[in-house]
Amino acid sequence: MNEVILIYMAALLLAWPLGRYLASIYAMEPGPSDRIFAAFENRLYRFIGVDPQTSMSWKQYGKSILKLHLIIAVLALAVLMLQGWLPLNPDAIGDMSWDLALHTAASFITNTNQQHYSGQAQLSYFAHMFAIVSMQVITPAAGIAALVAILRTAFARRDASALTADGAVVVGNFYVDLVRTIVRVMLPIALITALLLSWQGVPNTMHGAYVATPVDRTAELAEQRIPVGPVAPMVAIKQIGTNGGGWYGPNSSVPLENPTPISNFIETVAIVLIPMALVFMTGHLTGRRNLGLMIMGMMLIMSAALTTLNIWSENQPNAAFAGLAAAGPNMEGKEVRFGATATALWGSFTTQTSNGSVNGMHDSFNPIGGATLLMDMFINATFGGAGVGLINFLIFLLLAVFLGSLMVGRSPELYGRALEAKEIKLISITLLLQPVLILALSAITVAIPGLAQVSNPGFHGLSQVLYEYTSAFANNGSGFEGLGDDTPWWNVSCAVALILGRFIPILAPLALAAMLAGKRVAPTSSGSLCVETPTFALLTLGVIVLFALLSFFPVLALGPLAEQLTLAG
Amino acid sequence: MRITASKAETKASPRADANWFHAMRAALLLMLLCGGVYPLLTVSLGTLMFPHQATGSLIERDGKLIGSALVGQPFAAPGYFHSRPSAAGYDPFAVAGSNQAPSHPDLRQRAQGTSADLAAKHGVAPASLPVDLIAASGSGIDPHISPPAASLQIDRIAEHRGMARDAIAELVADHVEPSVLGILGQPRINVLQLNLALDAMTETQ
Repeated sequence: MNEVILIYMAALLLAWPLGRYLASIYAMEPGPSDRIFAAFENRLYRFIGVDPQTSMSWKQYGKSILKLHLIIAVLALAVLMLQGWLPLNPDAIGDMSWDLALHTAASFITNTNQQHYSGQAQLSYFAHMFAIVSMQVITPAAGIAALVAILRTAFARRDASALTADGAVVVGNFYVDLVRTIVRVMLPIALITALLLSWQGVPNTMHGAYVATPVDRTAELAEQRIPVGPVAPMVAIKQIGTNGGGWYGPNSSVPLENPTPISNFIETVAIVLIPMALVFMTGHLTGRRNLGLMIMGMMLIMSAALTTLNIWSENQPNAAFAGLAAAGPNMEGKEVRFGATATALWGSFTTQTSNGSVNGMHDSFNPIGGATLLMDMFINATFGGAGVGLINFLIFLLLAVFLGSLMVGRSPELYGRALEAKEIKLISITLLLQPVLILALSAITVAIPGLAQVSNPGFHGLSQVLYEYTSAFANNGSGFEGLGDDTPWWNVSCAVALILGRFIPILAPLALAAMLAGKRVAPTSSGSLCVETPTFALLTLGVIVLFALLSFFPVLALGPLAEQLTLAG
Repeated sequence: MRITASKAETKASPRADANWFHAMRAALLLMLLCGGVYPLLTVSLGTLMFPHQATGSLIERDGKLIGSALVGQPFAAPGYFHSRPSAAGYDPFAVAGSNQAPSHPDLRQRAQGTSADLAAKHGVAPASLPVDLIAASGSGIDPHISPPAASLQIDRIAEHRGMARDAIAELVADHVEPSVLGILGQPRINVLQLNLALDAMTETQ
């Protein structure tokens, strides 16, 4: 338990100053970091061809996001399908099939990193670096940029017309937000993390696999090929950028990717560092300290509740081992150096933040533990993915404003700007897309024979299908990995869930923010609903939990809960 | 208030547009920076600062590469400490967990086989076996076992090697890696390194 408290504390203590730093970056104020970065950034702006002083409407901002992502995805797709012909391929790995490459490109361009392949055996170093790592740096930065645009447009404390030039609402310059995030945040933190991991033993070389001769000849493993490569830079950014896609198939459970309890500590803190820092940033950037504190409080409550339940569950024995081993925690799919508690903590963090890396196999978690992971991803706003998690939370907050105002008989408004039918429609579409898409795809997959490819009979088979689509739509990327998911159906249907689950929850809130910012501000009266109060915080929490349960309780009952009951009986 | 000031500048500033040309140049530039410069810089620094770790913590014996301290190996001979069950046969190119849920009938079946085999080999009751020797690891190449899992095997190894039980118990105790600061991680023993020490001890006797 001390390990859990230490990791929470370390993450919060690091995220706090980082939040201040982030706010200073996006407020575009001159500061000490300019001396290091400004000249380099200006060179980048010149090459791209953008004037950093210019600003964009929400449509231009959104289009810039889509165009950049489309081009990178196409380039990545080409790299994956041609990797056998490209350099930096010491282990002579062949090209990817079209559907696997499509899924992989869709998965990484959406900051999801769901993997239907095993990196050590199916990707060259070139593909790892230029296709995977580059998307792992750029996509979280784009998510953060979108968040910043939304915060400064709809939430910042300012006079009503400050954002509008020639009568239109501007939200910022996407390329400036993106470049500043990459240069001043992602790359420096990733570099430091990568070197710390390298110190702990994560491979960091361009050399190909080593061939060793195992000690015990009678054990029927004549030679052991040990895959290495530039693993450390990838592992660092996959943890920092809520990416999750690892070098080796079983991710950070593999000792080459996560060798020691110290590396595990670093990697676990790295999962939540930026998502937490963005919440701290919110108070500074918007000038609304109470809003930032309130969001942090609610997220910590949700995080602590589900994490505690998960840790308890994984410390229960695995029912399959009853009478076959001494009573102990569920160690199936877990590593001795971490144990059950540290693995459960990681599992909770990784699903809460939409990171998706794992240090143990979620498929083998006890059913209640598995249910908490699903619940984390249904909510997808407990810290959440870099940028997008907080955007999801703000959408829930607006829904709570609407419901709360109706309950007390006021017209719904956020900081004096009215929420009207158009805004509520956008909020509804954003929120309802998730259950509709996940449940419909899951239903189709289990209804048509031959599509599901589940490895587990019974109720857990449904959980495997549900987890895969939930993870795809939440842009999480972890999986119940027993699923035979490298088929054209899984690759293509997941790609649809991935793309819709990424870009709708970014573009709709961006539009919403611009719509709100364009409205006249009504003067605050004693009758206005104030969002920065504990009462409203509780209401928001209730809305989030109820929304997830109303949408998904029936399928949770058919999956993990039914599995738990059969085990108990 | 400082934020208001910076927004006032935005208001006066001209508008940008979102054209394909910018997106194309940004994509190429950022992929080169993030996918080329960043990993190559990290590799150069890492190789310089931590040369042993950077190449995979490899272990040589008599000038021959025999493995990595971070990659478990299968041991079958009775004179060696045995590793955990693996769904990957300790092949690092095929790393995997079993991915079987507690409700999977095959998991129960596999555990019954492993448990009965271990109980018979060591003359103990199945219900006293350390759980990490029954459960398959997440990676399939877990290099460690728990201290109780090593203690269980001491008698068997002493018998097969014709060595004193106490000597082996002492060797095991020397190889226990404790939790960091008593907080981070679990106490554990690296099976490959323990078996290498065992071989070295046998040679000197």
